[in-house]
Amino acid sequence: MEEHLAHGALWTIKEGFTYPNEYIYWTIHIVVYPYITGLVAGAFVLSSMYHVFGKEELKPVAKFSLVFSFALLLMATSPLGLHLTQVFNSVHMIMTPHFYSAIAAFTIVYLTYMAIVLAEIWFVFRPFIVQQAKEKAGLLGLLYKAMTLGSFDVSEKALHTDERIIKILAAVGIPAACFLHGYVGFIFGSVKTVPLWKTPLMPFIFLMSAIISGVAGCIVTYIVGMSLKRNFICGASIRSMCKVLVWFLVAAIVLESIDIIFHAYTAEEFWSIMSELLFQRFAFKMLVVQWLFGMILPLVLLLLPRLTMLRAFISAALVLIGVFQMRWDVVIGGQSMSKSLAGFLTYDMPIIPRSIEALKEGPFPITVLLLMPLFLLFIFNKVLPVFTEVFNEEDCGFTEGLLSSKENAKH
Amino acid sequence: MNLSRRELLKMGLLAVCGTVIPLGALEILKPEAAASLIRPFSEKKRWAFVVDTTKCVGCGMCAKACKLENEIPFDTEVQRTWVERYVQLKDGEVIIDSPHGARYGFTKNDPQGKEINEDDVAKGLFVPKLCNQCEKPSCVQVCPVGATYKTDDGVVLVDRGWCIGCGYCITNCPYLARFFHPITNTADKCTFCYHRIKKGMNTACMDACSFGARKIGLLNDPASEVFKIISTHRVMVLKPEYGNEPQVFYIGLDDIVR
Repeated sequence: MEEHLAHGALWTIKEGFTYPNEYIYWTIHIVVYPYITGLVAGAFVLSSMYHVFGKEELKPVAKFSLVFSFALLLMATSPLGLHLTQVFNSVHMIMTPHFYSAIAAFTIVYLTYMAIVLAEIWFVFRPFIVQQAKEKAGLLGLLYKAMTLGSFDVSEKALHTDERIIKILAAVGIPAACFLHGYVGFIFGSVKTVPLWKTPLMPFIFLMSAIISGVAGCIVTYIVGMSLKRNFICGASIRSMCKVLVWFLVAAIVLESIDIIFHAYTAEEFWSIMSELLFQRFAFKMLVVQWLFGMILPLVLLLLPRLTMLRAFISAALVLIGVFQMRWDVVIGGQSMSKSLAGFLTYDMPIIPRSIEALKEGPFPITVLLLMPLFLLFIFNKVLPVFTEVFNEEDCGFTEGLLSSKENAKH
Repeated sequence: MNLSRRELLKMGLLAVCGTVIPLGALEILKPEAAASLIRPFSEKKRWAFVVDTTKCVGCGMCAKACKLENEIPFDTEVQRTWVERYVQLKDGEVIIDSPHGARYGFTKNDPQGKEINEDDVAKGLFVPKLCNQCEKPSCVQVCPVGATYKTDDGVVLVDRGWCIGCGYCITNCPYLARFFHPITNTADKCTFCYHRIKKGMNTACMDACSFGARKIGLLNDPASEVFKIISTHRVMVLKPEYGNEPQVFYIGLDDIVR
């Protein structure tokens, strides 16, 4: 029995010829990390569709998706904390960033984006905060007073300026969100030793899957959140979100298939092992869960006429599962092919926490981590009207009328 | 010449800027670049390694010595240096293995656990591996905190106090020379026994090899055996397609070697 187990030996099963130091070094945490940043980017893009492109029917979800994006963003770095073997050294990222490394700029990109999202949230909720600061007393009143940052001006002129700033922030936020996630794609795409990752398409593949997961995440959370509060859900908003989902689903399918087709057609040295991975070892994960249930089935469900709320919900939930599977297939699948091209490494996640490392690498921390954004959203909803300020049936009917008249004008 | 105070200040400022800007341009001339002007490149110290696979018998003493010398827990399945066994059968099948990184040696005819009839073997060879101390190391490129670096004489080292343990360098090494040290939990790798070669000693693996399969020396030093071999023999490097410019040169490699 080894006294000191090699890092990775606990969850890696080796087959064929693999190098002695070869293990699955990037595990579940690195699967969850791009998943969460993807949700962040997607949710933000959705909220910007209302603020920047003036999609009125998305008004009821604009605030929600912005706050949801923030809740996810707060948790985005935590998987990395679990992943690093020397987490207390992570401050070195700020002290001596080595900018030749693709991950060195992460802190800067992350904090810039965080600043944009925080600023936008503040401007969006400012009228509400000011009103509460004036009305509420006690501790809560104090909290709202602090949140005003000393600005109590809610005159029409001030609000007008606010709106312009929100528009600018939302517009700047779109490239920032895309950069945040495209950058995560670049981190993988630039690893030259892993054939499954090394493609210039990677940032775009990651970005498209990010947007579909973010929009799907918003659809699912919004429908659940509103149903729990027994609020009226406007069909126009859901349909509009589904439309966004459809467009980006198509883009994701196109990009991901080009990638595989390209590998198959050029059939480089690694294709024999890669095809074994794609069509045998990962066939169920990749072809069935990721492709069929995660992309093609939701697309068909969304394209069928007379979209219902339930169908939208099911499609979005499938997309969420599919994108998670995609992250898994990319991160774990990429490392499953031995760099000797003559062996395989199988990832066997330690379920029963027999040691601290097994606990850290197991499903429990990651489950907590994935549920945290929902908990944060619940907390934020106590302070800010995330779900309450919504369309009533009249507003919804009005928007639907507006939309159908637009449709008619087109024909 | 009459100068008003304003003009004097203006000209003064111009003079300062005029001096500072060209001085700033000097920054482009890095110390190494300046040094190379004085000392021609051919004399620059650069450690390199030669592995003669035709001499390796797979005893695994190098792998064992390395572990003991560099205090890597002996039973942990990670290796700073290891030996791979390649057996090609007459039907074309290639069997590769490196049980425990060969630190117990290859003592049986059992590649991948199956006994092979000697008559079926077309060819076989042992390939010792270690860090290639690349000229353009991708591990150094991707370290987000600069904890891994290349010394002036070409050896790539890891600062254990600074490593954050992200594993990006491990993932980016085409040779799988890196791993996490089981005690310090930081990235670890072969250092060409930097602590020994700096004192004029040989690497531990070289001293442990009774067959002369491993040689360390300075590139561009006409007196070193490494220089003589590289400049007169046909040598090859592993995986040149990654562009890392590895500095471990092999004699007797084969296309079945991964």
